[in-house]
Amino acid sequence: MRTLAKRVGAGLAVLYGAATLAFVSLQLIPGDTVSTLLGPATTASAEVRAQISAELGLDQPPLTRYLAYLGRVVTGDLGSSYQLQRPVWQLIGDQLGPTVQLAAAAMAAAVLIALVSAVATAGRRRQVRAAATAWELVAVSLPSYWLGILLLTAFSFQLPIFPVIGAQDLPALVLPALTLGLPIAGVLAQVLREGLEAALAQPFAVTARARGLSQTAVRLRHALRHAASSLATLTGWLVGTLLGGAVLVETVFGRSGIGALTLQAVDNKDMPVVMGVVLLSALVFVVISNLVDLLYRVIDPRVRA
Amino acid sequence: MTALTLTRAPGRRWSLPLAWAVLAPILVAAAAPELLAAVSPIATDPVNALLPPGAGHWFGTDQLGRDLFTRVVHGARPSLLLGLGATVLAVAAGALLGLAAALGGRAADQVVTRVLDILLSLPQLLLALLVITVLGGGVANVVLAIAVAFTPGYARIVRAEALVVRRSGYVEAAKGLGLGRPALIARHILPNAVGPLLVLATVGFGTALIAGSGLSFLGFGVQPPDPEWGAMLAEGRDFLATAWWIGLFPGAAITATVIAVNVLGRAAQRRFTRRTS
Repeated sequence: MRTLAKRVGAGLAVLYGAATLAFVSLQLIPGDTVSTLLGPATTASAEVRAQISAELGLDQPPLTRYLAYLGRVVTGDLGSSYQLQRPVWQLIGDQLGPTVQLAAAAMAAAVLIALVSAVATAGRRRQVRAAATAWELVAVSLPSYWLGILLLTAFSFQLPIFPVIGAQDLPALVLPALTLGLPIAGVLAQVLREGLEAALAQPFAVTARARGLSQTAVRLRHALRHAASSLATLTGWLVGTLLGGAVLVETVFGRSGIGALTLQAVDNKDMPVVMGVVLLSALVFVVISNLVDLLYRVIDPRVRA
Repeated sequence: MTALTLTRAPGRRWSLPLAWAVLAPILVAAAAPELLAAVSPIATDPVNALLPPGAGHWFGTDQLGRDLFTRVVHGARPSLLLGLGATVLAVAAGALLGLAAALGGRAADQVVTRVLDILLSLPQLLLALLVITVLGGGVANVVLAIAVAFTPGYARIVRAEALVVRRSGYVEAAKGLGLGRPALIARHILPNAVGPLLVLATVGFGTALIAGSGLSFLGFGVQPPDPEWGAMLAEGRDFLATAWWIGLFPGAAITATVIAVNVLGRAAQRRFTRRTS
């Protein structure tokens, strides 16, 4: 119970910090907000400007604005997009689906590739491990935007297997998911393989083998569970890579989603949208890392106690 | 122990020379691009647009007839500088923050650690984009944005190292001999806490290079027509159906550089851990 309260507290602290970071960034933007809001081609008079400023509470001192902003965030009001004139949470909600789809598919692909690679190559002959190390190295060194371009060129243009840019159906998900997932698979495979090799060298692996279990069964039933627990430390990095990578992958494949929304907002200096995405990713981070913590307790009985 | 021999990566004998062999021409291209490609990287030649790779144009030409080999060679310097500038800034800021947290007393440590926790919970690319939203695009701002995104990671490592070093025997001995605090930090704590950071910074440079070219790819860093690997990929995107070579070579340059840097970084990491353990 105490650990639970502690964890919720830590999660709230991260969310509060992200909200504050977003607010500070907003204050750091050079030039005044009203001009940004009106755009360069404005003919608004001084009175109109003053009115807008009062409506947004910009004439209040910073601390008052900060508290008012926190109050709005707590009630789920993220403000309205400067550019699209719609509530930020609505914009994010509209774009969430495609990105969740992409991230989930990429994650599934990454885990599958990493599992197969690690289980097949851990502790094998020298050449096999050299090949595994090599592909992992290449995968972690590949910029996702280039991998996407390569896959598009090969499997959409040269061999017309998958649809070109813009489509949103299932076949159109394959290449983006691979693009986002492959660099992640490289890291996961490396960590898993090293974990497996360490586990296979332990006495329990030898014992299991002596009981007559096959090499594969030892790997899948005993060693893998051991190795998987080392993946838990990667959660934060993983969430960040999926969300950040979505910006690049959605651009390469012309997909809609949170990444495309973010990029458009950054281009237009549409700060409320960027702030909303920052809050969203902090929320996703907090939720996922807590879920993984729970899962970790299931996988590894030693941490339960 | 068997576990140790098992986890030793194979193929190490030739991987270092190979990494240097890949990196050498890239470094030459960055230092003196005219040596490898004398033509101007922005000179257009519309008659020879979209030529496939061949004898006259090793990497082919782009939609404006510019020689791609020349552009990849001239793109080395801006691409590497984006990553290098960001890494140097991030390492310096990370070292300062980490030392301040470890040596500045309880309150400073609490504040810095909390702030780092928050920054580390956000995706690096999103943090960089937040900085760009505030400051706008351009090369200097992209360097700064990536530095901001990478600083928390370095700061956390320096803090952890400095906490260990501070309690070590030689620091206690130096203190006992009457060495003043500034000298103690400058001569003993800083060099020993920053060592592992420099090793990590090698691999970090590769990541920063990918991020820098990525932001240029998104249109925030180096602007066309100037050659930069990420920006070139963005320009080539619309011609993938007819000219695969535009999308191939600039990305291959990024990837080759990052692979080579990662090989060198890992070798440095191994040497470092062997020395300290």
